[in-house]
Amino acid sequence: MRLPEARGNASDALFTLLSRSERHARGSGGAIAEAVAGAEDVLTDDDLQVALFVLYELHYRGIDGVEDAWEWHPELLAIRALIEAAFEARLREVVPRPPRPEPTRRAVADALFELTADTGGPSLSRFVARQADESQLREFLIQRSIYQLKEADPHAWAIPRLEGVAKAALVEIEADEYGGGDPARMHAAIFAQTMRGLGLDDSYGAYVDQVPAITLASANMMSLFGLHRRLRGAIVGHLAAFEMTSSIPNKLYGNGFRRNGFGEDVTWYFDEHVEADAVHEQIAARHLAGGLIEAEPELLDDVLFGASACLTIDGIVGERILAAWTTGQSSLRQQVTA
Amino acid sequence: MLERQGSIELCPDGPLLLRGDFEILGADGEPIDAHRKTVALCRCGLSSIKPFCDGTHKASGFRTEE
Ligand code: FES
Ligand SMILES: [Fe+2]
Ligand SMILES: [Fe+2]
Repeated sequence: MRLPEARGNASDALFTLLSRSERHARGSGGAIAEAVAGAEDVLTDDDLQVALFVLYELHYRGIDGVEDAWEWHPELLAIRALIEAAFEARLREVVPRPPRPEPTRRAVADALFELTADTGGPSLSRFVARQADESQLREFLIQRSIYQLKEADPHAWAIPRLEGVAKAALVEIEADEYGGGDPARMHAAIFAQTMRGLGLDDSYGAYVDQVPAITLASANMMSLFGLHRRLRGAIVGHLAAFEMTSSIPNKLYGNGFRRNGFGEDVTWYFDEHVEADAVHEQIAARHLAGGLIEAEPELLDDVLFGASACLTIDGIVGERILAAWTTGQSSLRQQVTA
Repeated sequence: MLERQGSIELCPDGPLLLRGDFEILGADGEPIDAHRKTVALCRCGLSSIKPFCDGTHKASGFRTEE
């Protein structure tokens, strides 16, 4: 993807550094340390979230014009660690701790189903189903594209870190996310098709500059959990919560696109998730999360943390989009002319 | 999957998970495309995409006996 626009001193210093050759690295750590120290709330700090997003992208698809060798450069890892420490600390502060179940497969699954149960309050999916217009649908896809164009990738980092039941379960889910061997059925590819159906640019990272910090934070949180073996419980909990809050909202999202006159080429993504995630949520709760806790009971708190973090942060993302729309505003940083 | 040809997992308060070698036939005897290797069959009767589960059992408070 293209290097995004800097959003402050830290990202500016980092992006300038990245435009140079990795062999001539010379500090931007100072600017980052200052920004971390001065940040009011890392979760909504544009400068730090876009910097972290770019640091993580070096591990996914890379950045145009940036040397691949930067990925493991000690200076960049140090900068990343600085932002990550503040980010994780803030997450642990704002994410509520759910009650602790017994460390058995059944009790863990029950606790996760309880935690992820629909509370029936105002929701983005209900708004999309009933009243979103076409430009809001486009915004919705732009917001989602940050993660959905690499759907399942952050969770795949966990595969070599698991064993037995949990590993088999994760691979069973991920194989379906990646299209079961058919690249055209890959969820990221189906999402790209939906974007094209609304006249949007489906190239990877095309809309990073348009989305607010909290949307980047939602994706960065998955990379944080996925890239640290220490946090394997959290990435498992995250995936479980994600899958367990998907089927019913996706039915509503699909209805919103149908109501606006879009056909199956556009709604396939949502229809696919109604069906697939009704499977995935069972596997994720019982065999992935439950199986992991039976094997490594000491990870229980992290599994709950990851699940609760998914619900909390994605909840804030949804609330902010709704708040913008219900006051006649755009949820994006800049209006997109499609 | 070694010796096993197919398996059905009974999910408490939820669907049946089918894995392995199976075929789903409609009332007309025609095969129904499963779309994926592991499928969830609705057993609460409320799904809008029967025979598959769509998660509705959670909203309706469906309970299985064990
Ligand atoms: S069992 Fe899930 S909808 Fe019926
Ligand atoms: Fe998916
Ligand atoms: Fe899924």
